Amino acid sequence: MKPAPFDYAAPDSLEAALALKAEHGDEAKFLAGGQSLVPAMNFRLVQAALLVDVNPLAELDFVWPDPAGGLRLGAMVRQRRLERDPLVARHAPLLFEAMPCVAHPQIRSRGTLGGSLAHADPAAELPVIVLALDARLRVQSAHGERWIPAADFFQGLFTTVLTPEEMLVEIALPALPPRTGTSFLEFARRRGDYAILGVAAVVSLDERGGCLQARLVYLNAGDGPLDARQAAELLRGRPPTPAAFLAAANHAAEHEIAPTGNVHATPAYQRHLARVLTRRALAMAVERARGGSDPASPA
Amino acid sequence: MNARHAISVTINGQVYAREVEARLLLSDFLRHELGLSGTHVGCEHGVCGACTVMFDGQPVRSCLMLAVQANGHALLTVEGLAADPNQLHPLQQAFRDAHGLQCGFCTPGFLMTLVPFLAENPNPTEPEVREAISGNLCRCTGYQHIVDAVLLAAQRGNLGAASRELD
Repeated sequence: MKPAPFDYAAPDSLEAALALKAEHGDEAKFLAGGQSLVPAMNFRLVQAALLVDVNPLAELDFVWPDPAGGLRLGAMVRQRRLERDPLVARHAPLLFEAMPCVAHPQIRSRGTLGGSLAHADPAAELPVIVLALDARLRVQSAHGERWIPAADFFQGLFTTVLTPEEMLVEIALPALPPRTGTSFLEFARRRGDYAILGVAAVVSLDERGGCLQARLVYLNAGDGPLDARQAAELLRGRPPTPAAFLAAANHAAEHEIAPTGNVHATPAYQRHLARVLTRRALAMAVERARGGSDPASPA
Repeated sequence: MNARHAISVTINGQVYAREVEARLLLSDFLRHELGLSGTHVGCEHGVCGACTVMFDGQPVRSCLMLAVQANGHALLTVEGLAADPNQLHPLQQAFRDAHGLQCGFCTPGFLMTLVPFLAENPNPTEPEVREAISGNLCRCTGYQHIVDAVLLAAQRGNLGAASRELD
């Protein structure tokens, strides 16, 4: 339960950190919050020749309202800050609502937004949230930068499009369209544990109160954050009624999610949870889209 | 790979300067290098909460940090909680009075989780207390007496005053 030996560097600039990663590639790992990497190293599931500690990079710890609407978040923002920041509550209520579900308080003290996204655990909340919100992710290497839509970033189990030289540095959450409500629900045996299943719902209504568009993204329902596009499509153009929620929930649960089960739950139970949670999440998102309930102060 | 790194860490108000291997966990640094064995080590993968310490005022799991990462930072461990070695911190006293511990192995982790929690939320509800301790395992008490102890401490108040290094 002790990590194998490694070299350690704590560069004081992003450029220096990226230069080290360019030089060492896959042999080096960025150390962000360390709340997944360090246990994996303690178990010796992961061995690195070099850890590049990016905790000193204060330039990556920011929460800014985007002048164009939405929110700009640095990759090194601690989860604890996201849980409390009034800007997050105002501009990204879905993220704000999910934060208390992200592990335990001690983990959130250290854990970072970018670290969780780059880790790409299919049971994690944050990849689901950025996918549901259509975030754009800025990644940087010694040779330049690129923006990646969240839908292209996640490539499966603990896998992203990041090359060995690249680092995730910023997350841009777009402003929600008008008449849009969001909701996040998960079921865990104990608050902060990995959830057995969870879902983020985003619903936009048209001027007459019909469903303009919807999004349903699941955690622990596949090898990454699972975007149930067909189920969401069933809602488009329909009145947001319990019958419509039920049809979407059933379609997602039976045809789109791919839960594998674990020691605490069978796949059938996960599908059952998907049916129940999807209906509740859609109803809540629609209520909020109508202006009925603020996720920052849940009923 | 076995290079040693010079670090200087303030713990319970005292500065410690040491040279450590990069792979040395903060929990092992506290216990084995400094002899501060009040911080307990349970699972060593971030599940049990026994090794919780305060790092720059925040509760963290010391088994998921490296000692080198503490360079230049300020820590509070259970040894620094009470105002002097002959006293208990008000939260420790409440644990004692409400039978919030039996074997005591998990207790330092609970205390170091709850002190910053109570500093921020001096009058918590029972569900809030249970949520605050969701990341700490106790195999003796069934948690009920721990929750009782926290509520008792909150009722008595004066929680922040006793610590040496809370700021």
